[in-house]
Amino acid sequence: MVLTRVVLNQADIDRALTRIAHEILEANKGSQDLVLLGIPRRGYPLAVRLAAKIAAADPTVDAAAIVGQLDVTMFRDDLSHQPTRPPYPTQLPRTGIDNKVVVLIDDVLYSGRTIRAALDAIIDLGRPRIVRLAVLIDRGHRELPIRADHVGKNLPTSSSEKVRVRLEETDSVDGAPDGAPVNEVVIEATA
Amino acid sequence: MRHLLSTEDLSLHDAIRILDTAEEMAAVGEREVKKLPALRGRTVVNLFFEDSTRTRISFEAAAKRLSADVINFAAKGSSVSKGESLKDTAQTLAAMGADAVVIRHWASGAPHRLAATDWIDAAVINAGDGTHEHPTQALLDAFTMRRHWSKLAGTPSAGADLKGMRVAIAGDVLHSRVARSNVWLLRTLGAEVTLVAPPTLLPIGVDKWPCAVSFDLDETLAQGVDAMMMLRVQAERMNASFFPTTREYSRRWGFDDNRLRALDSLGLKDTIIMHPGPMNRGLEISAAAADSPRSTVLAQVRNGVSIRMAALYLLLSGENREPAAAPVSASASHAANPNLTYSHQESH
Repeated sequence: MVLTRVVLNQADIDRALTRIAHEILEANKGSQDLVLLGIPRRGYPLAVRLAAKIAAADPTVDAAAIVGQLDVTMFRDDLSHQPTRPPYPTQLPRTGIDNKVVVLIDDVLYSGRTIRAALDAIIDLGRPRIVRLAVLIDRGHRELPIRADHVGKNLPTSSSEKVRVRLEETDSVDGAPDGAPVNEVVIEATA
Repeated sequence: MRHLLSTEDLSLHDAIRILDTAEEMAAVGEREVKKLPALRGRTVVNLFFEDSTRTRISFEAAAKRLSADVINFAAKGSSVSKGESLKDTAQTLAAMGADAVVIRHWASGAPHRLAATDWIDAAVINAGDGTHEHPTQALLDAFTMRRHWSKLAGTPSAGADLKGMRVAIAGDVLHSRVARSNVWLLRTLGAEVTLVAPPTLLPIGVDKWPCAVSFDLDETLAQGVDAMMMLRVQAERMNASFFPTTREYSRRWGFDDNRLRALDSLGLKDTIIMHPGPMNRGLEISAAAADSPRSTVLAQVRNGVSIRMAALYLLLSGENREPAAAPVSASASHAANPNLTYSHQESH
């Protein structure tokens, strides 16, 4: 039997993202040279939401012009141990990433291997001045020396549990009426 | 997908998956570092029993962009000219640890033989076998058409098919593996195909193919064509009198300057002219047509690398390949519960 427990609801996610947006601006002492790169699938919608919040806090920012998507599929270290993954598009903002402050955005930070792949992918695309990392959930169990600069919620978990992030841009609840928005983080544990 | 041997048995899902993956691969060619680490440590053997420049170079560039090691094997100057059989060659390559074999062979069916036997445990990609199939060429043609077709429609090309596109393929259909692969793939993708050729250059049984057949190029053009593909007159296979003179062929079946002008007068302003290469300028295609803005010849070459990267990536990455020497218990448990072992939908 699978036990599910909601740890963040829609309002919690929204508050966490608002705080992260302000933290990003604070750490960068403003919005200059900021580029937000979301990692598919769920990092990208989070990056779009963060960009909108940054633009709301700083009217000089054009949200669409600072957000991009970074696919890391081809840089993973587990390609030969998993079913074939089709790559997602990589789209950089028009300004590129050279000499920019790139903030990587993902939904869950776990082993750190996705971020390792993302760092490799970034280096092949250009040379940012600084790379930072923002995640919605940090669930621990790191396998590499990687940490996040901005965390929505630290979630101590057992590695037998699963953390699922459901966003209205990418997911819908099974059995819910079509188009019902979902914005929550749940922990699934097998009892 | 374990091998890529033919487009006849390629499902719509797999075809779209290859085209979509190629779309992402194409973006790599525009980057500062034109290389991906996806196939590091894998070995790709180019096994060419027949002359080829562009296909071999294209596969080589594709494998190298994915960081695979490439071994080029040409039958000329190898042990094959001393009489070594395909089986022995394959087993030699297997012993060297090849992960993929890209094979071009003068005999139709040679790649199937390599894939169906236990001579070698590697992914086999057909790079042209006799007068049978040339699947990566058809895929790159479809990729080129899809980009054009979705640009006209103003929609993104990812995920799209070719429904409603009118494609004419003209020339030496009898000897053309490109035409065969294209007919089957374009049917799968929903395009309407018309073959145009002199009756002597059409194979027996062409009436059962999923396409229309015409003997008059001007008539076909007048009915409206969105992509006009010219096939190479294969001089090396012209061992009988298929047409009286090259001059007559060029006038009746070639895409000459008059037909190029006819496209404008017929109002077909968005029709593209395709050719798989190498071109016989002045025979099946005039220089003006080959160099016109309608021509996609160079785009096809460029797209060829992306398509071959996609094929190599989809065949060589992932654990869908059965490990050759896995312990019985391990492979049994993985067969019994594949979801348990490979449920990596969420891997962070």
